[in-house]
Amino acid sequence: MPDDARTPVLEIENLCISYFTRAGEIPAVVDFNLTVHAGESVGLVGESGCGKSTVAMAIMRYLGSNGGIVGGSIKFKGRDITHLSDEELRKMRGSEVAMIYQEPMAALNPSLTIGAQLMEVPLIHEGVSEQEAYDRSRQMLSDVNLPDADRVMAAYPHQISGGQQQRVVIAMALLSKPALLLLDEPTTALDVTVEAGIIELIAEIAQKFGTAQVFISHNLGLVRETCDRICVMYSGEAVETGTIGDVFTKMRHPYTRGLFGAIPLPSANKNDRPLVAIPGQLPLPHQRPEGCNFGPRCEYFQDGVCGPQAIAMRDVPGEPRPHQSRCARFEQIDWDAPLGAGQVNEPIEPGEPVLVVDGMRKYYELYDRSVKAMLSGEGVKYVKANETLSFDARKAEIVAIVGESGCGKSTFAKVLMGLETATEGTITFNGDEIESTEVQQRPREQVASLQMVFQNPNDTLNPSMTVGGQISRVIRKFGVESDPDKVHDRVMRLLDMVKLPRDFYFRRPRQLSGGQKQRVGVARAFAGNPAMVIADEPVSALDVSVQAAVTELLMEIQREHGTTLLFISHDLSVVRYLADRIVVMYLGQIMEQGTTEEVFSPPYHPYTEALLSAVPIADTSVDKRKIVLEGNLPSVVNPPVGCPFHTRCPRKLGAICEAERPPVLVDSDTHRIACHIPLESLQAVEPVFFSVAENGSPAGPAAGSATTGSAAGE
Amino acid sequence: MVIFLAKRMGYLVFTMLVVSILVFLVLELDPGNVAQKVLGPYSNEEQRQLWMEANGYLDPLPVRYARWLGDFMVGDFGMSTRFKVPVSEILLPRLGNTALLGLGVLLVMVPLALLLGVLSGMKEGSVQDRTISVFSIATTSVPEFASGVFLVGIFVLWLKWLPGVSNMVGGFDIAQMVLPVAALVMYGFGYITRMTRASMAEVMQTHYIRTAVLKGVPQRQVILKHALRNALIAPFTVIMLQINWLLSGVIVIEYLFAYKGFGSLLLEAALNKDIFVIEACTMVAVLVAVGTQTLADIGYMYLNPRIRFS
Amino acid sequence: MAASTEAAVPLPRRQSGMVRFAKAVALLRESPVGMVGAGIVIAWALAAILAPLISPFDPNSTILPFQKPGAIDPTTGKVFWLGTDKIGRDILSRIIYGGRRVLIYGPIATFCAYAVGIVMGLAAGYFRGWWDSILSRVSDIVLSFPIFVLYVIVISTFGASGLNIVLAIIFASAPGIMRIVRGLTLDLRNRDYVAAAQTRGESPFYIMFVEILPNARGPLIVDACLRLGYVTITIGTLGFLGLGLPPPDPDWGGMVNENRALAPAFPHMIVYPCLAISSLVLGLNLLADGLREISIRD
Repeated sequence: MPDDARTPVLEIENLCISYFTRAGEIPAVVDFNLTVHAGESVGLVGESGCGKSTVAMAIMRYLGSNGGIVGGSIKFKGRDITHLSDEELRKMRGSEVAMIYQEPMAALNPSLTIGAQLMEVPLIHEGVSEQEAYDRSRQMLSDVNLPDADRVMAAYPHQISGGQQQRVVIAMALLSKPALLLLDEPTTALDVTVEAGIIELIAEIAQKFGTAQVFISHNLGLVRETCDRICVMYSGEAVETGTIGDVFTKMRHPYTRGLFGAIPLPSANKNDRPLVAIPGQLPLPHQRPEGCNFGPRCEYFQDGVCGPQAIAMRDVPGEPRPHQSRCARFEQIDWDAPLGAGQVNEPIEPGEPVLVVDGMRKYYELYDRSVKAMLSGEGVKYVKANETLSFDARKAEIVAIVGESGCGKSTFAKVLMGLETATEGTITFNGDEIESTEVQQRPREQVASLQMVFQNPNDTLNPSMTVGGQISRVIRKFGVESDPDKVHDRVMRLLDMVKLPRDFYFRRPRQLSGGQKQRVGVARAFAGNPAMVIADEPVSALDVSVQAAVTELLMEIQREHGTTLLFISHDLSVVRYLADRIVVMYLGQIMEQGTTEEVFSPPYHPYTEALLSAVPIADTSVDKRKIVLEGNLPSVVNPPVGCPFHTRCPRKLGAICEAERPPVLVDSDTHRIACHIPLESLQAVEPVFFSVAENGSPAGPAAGSATTGSAAGE
Repeated sequence: MVIFLAKRMGYLVFTMLVVSILVFLVLELDPGNVAQKVLGPYSNEEQRQLWMEANGYLDPLPVRYARWLGDFMVGDFGMSTRFKVPVSEILLPRLGNTALLGLGVLLVMVPLALLLGVLSGMKEGSVQDRTISVFSIATTSVPEFASGVFLVGIFVLWLKWLPGVSNMVGGFDIAQMVLPVAALVMYGFGYITRMTRASMAEVMQTHYIRTAVLKGVPQRQVILKHALRNALIAPFTVIMLQINWLLSGVIVIEYLFAYKGFGSLLLEAALNKDIFVIEACTMVAVLVAVGTQTLADIGYMYLNPRIRFS
Repeated sequence: MAASTEAAVPLPRRQSGMVRFAKAVALLRESPVGMVGAGIVIAWALAAILAPLISPFDPNSTILPFQKPGAIDPTTGKVFWLGTDKIGRDILSRIIYGGRRVLIYGPIATFCAYAVGIVMGLAAGYFRGWWDSILSRVSDIVLSFPIFVLYVIVISTFGASGLNIVLAIIFASAPGIMRIVRGLTLDLRNRDYVAAAQTRGESPFYIMFVEILPNARGPLIVDACLRLGYVTITIGTLGFLGLGLPPPDPDWGGMVNENRALAPAFPHMIVYPCLAISSLVLGLNLLADGLREISIRD
C-alpha cells in the first residue's frame, strides 16, 4: 500500500472494546474515534477508568485473554489491523508501532543487559548483523542524550537511574524507526526535574524522527507542552477533541471545564479562586447511565436532551480546525460563567509559632563492614538525611515542604512524628522540645495534637478493620472520649466533617474508593483535635477531580479549626495554590524558604528556578522559561561538599560552590536563600512564568529565552 | 564477594558447632545412660562404672565435649555397639550408597519438575496448567512409604518386572535402584513443580515480559530468553533445599526397600540405641544440609543480577 | 464525592454473623478445587467425630484374621467391609479410629506450632535488630536438621508417646512458620496504617497482633492447610517406621508396617490405610490450593 503523506498513520473509527468477565460483558471503550497524521502528536487525557490505556493496548492488540474489540476498526497506515494474524502483529509491534511505558524499571528485564535488550529490536525486525545492531543501539543511546553509552550498554537496568531507564525505553522504541509511538504516562513515575528532561526529549522526537505520537496522560499541563491536539475521555468515551488552543481556551464540554476547574493554575490563589471539585463520582463500567455518561454529575443536565438516548460527537461550528464535543447542549451553555459558587474566602491571619525547628540534623549511620573500609578507618559513613534545618510554622498557617526524592522531607516527617529522633538541633512544638522523644514516650495529648495524613490511600487504612472501628480506636486512644456512645457520636461527626455518608461506619476499606479512603485518613488525623497536621503527599495518588475535592476538604477543615498544616509535596502547582509559606529542600538541606509569592518570583535559588520551570502548566495564558538540569540526583550517602546542588546547577559560579557551604542570603523578613550568588544578581533574574498574549506571542517580560545547562543528561 | 563467602563459611562452622553441642547434650549428657546403651540393658552397675572410668566418662562435661569434638574432627566416631566395628567403617560406604540414590533421584526429578513447572506456569489457568497442577498436588499427597508400597505392588507383585528388595547382595544392580528412585521422585517432584509454576506464572505477568511481546519478540524467544532466566532463580534455591528433604526421605525408602544406605543405618541405630552411630549420622546429615543451604545462598546471589551487581 | 448527609440517617445494623459465614462459604464455591478438598476434609472430620457410631467393630478386638474385604463375621453377621488384618482386627474400624488419632494430634500439633511460630515471626519481623538475628539463627539451626533425622533422634531418645510426637512436630515446624510470618511481617510493617498506629503511640503488642497479624491471615491459612497435610504424612510415616504411637491403638502408618510382609497375599491390609492417608492429605492440599486461588482473586 502506497504510503501516502495524506493517509493518516492511525485512524480509529467507532471503536468499541469490552472485557468479558464472570459478571458478563463490561464495555470499556465505546464509540471511539481518533485520527493521527505523521509528525502529529495527540494527547489522550482522562482519569482512571476512562479507557485511555485500553485504547493504547487495543492499538497494540494486546488486550489480554478476557478483552476484545467488539466493534469498529483501527487502521494503521491505511491497513485494518483489527484482524491481523499473530505473526503479522508480531512484525508490526516494535518496528512500526512502539510503546513507552509508565514504570521504566518494571518495563526492563532485570536479568538482561541493556545492550542485549536494545539490540533485539533491529536483530528481530531487520535481520542485521550483531555488530550493526550494537552500533545502532549505541548511537540511539546518544541520540536520547544518555552520556557514557558504552557503560549503559553493558549495564543492568537496576544500575541506572529512573530517568536514564526511561530514556532507554524510549531508545528501544525508536530503534526501528516506528511510524507511530504510544506513550502511556511516561513520566508519572519520575521526579519533577527528571520529568522535564524526558518531556523535552519527547517533544523533540516528533521533529527529529517524524513519528506520530499518542500521548496518554492525566496531566493537562504535560499534554499542553507536548501535543498538537487533544482528546478528552470520560468513562469509556471521547467527550471532546480538538487542537490544544481550541480545547484549552474554548472548551465545549462540561467535563473538560470541570477538569480545568479542578487543577490549580499558576494564576490561582486559594482564597480568590478555590478549586472546584467535580461533584459526584466516576461511574463503574457496568453502572454507566443511559444517555450522557457525565450526566449525573453535570449541572447542565436536561432530561430528554442529555438522555436517555446515546449522545454522539458533533462538530463545533465556526472553527477553522476540527473541534468536536459530545455535549448535547454545548450551544446553550454559557462557557464564560464562573465555575462553582464563586466563593471567596477571607485569608486567615497566622498566629504564634506552633513549630520551631532550629538547626535540626538527622544522620543515619551506614556501616561498611568490608575489610577495605575497616583498614582505611572509614567503617562508618553517614547518610545526611537532614542537614541543619531551620524554619518555623505558625498557627493556622499552611507551610509546604517541597522537594524531590531523597531531599529528606520524609525523614523530617518521621523525626517530627517521633518515629525517629534527631541527631542534633531542636524541634519545639507548642513550647515542648520533641526532637529526642520517641513517640512512645510522648504524653498522650501531645501525640493527639500532632498527627499525620499519609500518602498512599490504599495502605493508609487497616484492611481488616471497619472504618468506624479504626476511627473509634483513635478517639479512645487519645482519650478524647471514653463513653461508647460519645465515641460513636464523635465518629459520626467526623464522618460528616469529611463528607462521607454515615453508614460508611460499617464498611471495610476495600469497599471504598481511593478518595474515600483518603477522607477517612483525614478524619482519623483530626480525631484528636490536633494543633498541627502533617500531610505527606496526601493527594498525589488520586485522580485529578478527586484531588481537588480532598485538597479543598483539607483546607476547609484547616480553616475551621485553625490547625497548622505542614504540607509535603513535590507538586508545585498544588503548593502554589494552597501554601502560605514554602520551604524548598534539596538533598537534606533547605535551599530557599519564604512566602508563596516570594518563592514564586525572583530572586530564586537556582534549584527553585529549575523546579518551577519543570512544572507543567495547563493555563494557555501563561508560559515559562525552560531550564533543564543535567545529571542525576547525587547519592545521599556521599553528598557533595559545599553546596549540594553544585553538580547540576546551571548558574554555578565555580570552585566556591564546590568547596564552601553557601551563606544564607536574606531577601526579606520571611525570604531566605542559601546561595553563593550575590543577592542583587539573583534579584535581577527574570521570572520563570510570564503571561502570553492571545495570539501566543509572549507579552510579559522578555521573550522565552531558554536557559539550559550544558547538554542535558537527565 | 570474598567477604560474603567468608561470612557464609563462618556461619556454617558456627552452625555445626552449635549443632554438635546440642547433639552431644541430648545424647551424652548422662554418662550412666551412655554406658547403659553401650553395654546393653543387662549390664550391672559395676560393669558400667568400670567402662565409664576406662573411657573417660567420669570427667567433667566440657572436657568430655572437647574430647568428643576433637575425635570427631579426625574422623574417629567411636564404635558401633550393634556392628561391633568402628563407626567410620560402616558410615562411609553407606553414605556413598545414599549419595548414589540421591544422585539418581536428582537426575530424574529436577528436569522433570522444571519442565512441568515451566509448562504449567507459561499459560496459567489453561488446561495444561490445571492438569499438571492437579497431578502434582495428587502426588504430593501420597506419602513416600505409601507410594513405595504401591510401586512394589504394581511392579514387583503384579507385573513382576522389578525386584522388590534393593540390598544389592549380588553386587550392583541398576534394576534394584529403579523403584527407590521412582518412589522418591514421585513424592518430591510435586513441590518443585509447584514452586516453578508459581515463579513462572509471576514472571509471565510482569511488565518486562509485556515489553518483550510488544517489541515483537517471537513467543519462543520470550519464554526462553526473557522469562526463564528470571523464573528459574527461585526454583534453584528450592532444588538445593530439596536435598535437605532427600536426606529425610531416604530414611523411609531405604527401610522399605532394604537398601543399605545412610538412612536405614540411622533408623536401625535409633531403634537399637546405637549411640555413636546416631551421633555420626546426625552430624553428617546436618553438614550436608547446611552445606547445601550455603550453596543455595551463594548460587542465588550469583544468579540474581540485582544482587550480584549492586 | 458524595455530598454531606443529614444527621438523622438511621444507623444500619451490622450484618449478622450467619450472613457473614454464609458469604464466606459462598466465596469458597468459586473454586471447585477448594470445594472438593473441603468436602474430603469434612468427611474425614465427621468420620472421626462419629467413630463410635459408624465403626462396625471395636478397632482393637481380634476377631478373625486374614479375612478378605466383604467377608462376613460368622458370629455377628456384620460385614468386614475392608477385611481383617493378620491378627484379626477389622480394618475399616481401625481406619476410622486411626483417623481420630490423626485428626486430634495433627491439628493440635499444628496449632501449637503456629502459636510459637507466629510469636517468634512477629517479634523477629517487627523489632528486627537483635531479636531478628537471634530468632533467625535459632530457627536456621533447627531447620538445618533434615526433618526426619530430627524426629528419629528425638523420639528414639525420649520415647514414643503422643506428647513426644506432638512436641517433636512443634519443634520441627515452628521455625518454618516463623520464617513465613517474619517475611509477611517485614512486608506489612512498611504500610502506612502501621505507621499511623505507631504515630498514635500504640504499643508494639497492639501493632503486631491487631494491625499486622490479621492482615497476614491469607497466606497463613493456606500454609496451615498444607502444613496439616504434611503433619499427617509425618505421623503416618513415623508410624510406618515403628516410631509412632505404641500398639495396639490404630495408626495408619503402623498398620502398613505391621502387615507389610503379608502384602503379596493380602494386599488389602496395606492398600486401605495408604488410601486413607492419601485421601486426607489430598483433601487438605486441594483445600489449600482452592484457598490460595480465592485469596489471589480478592
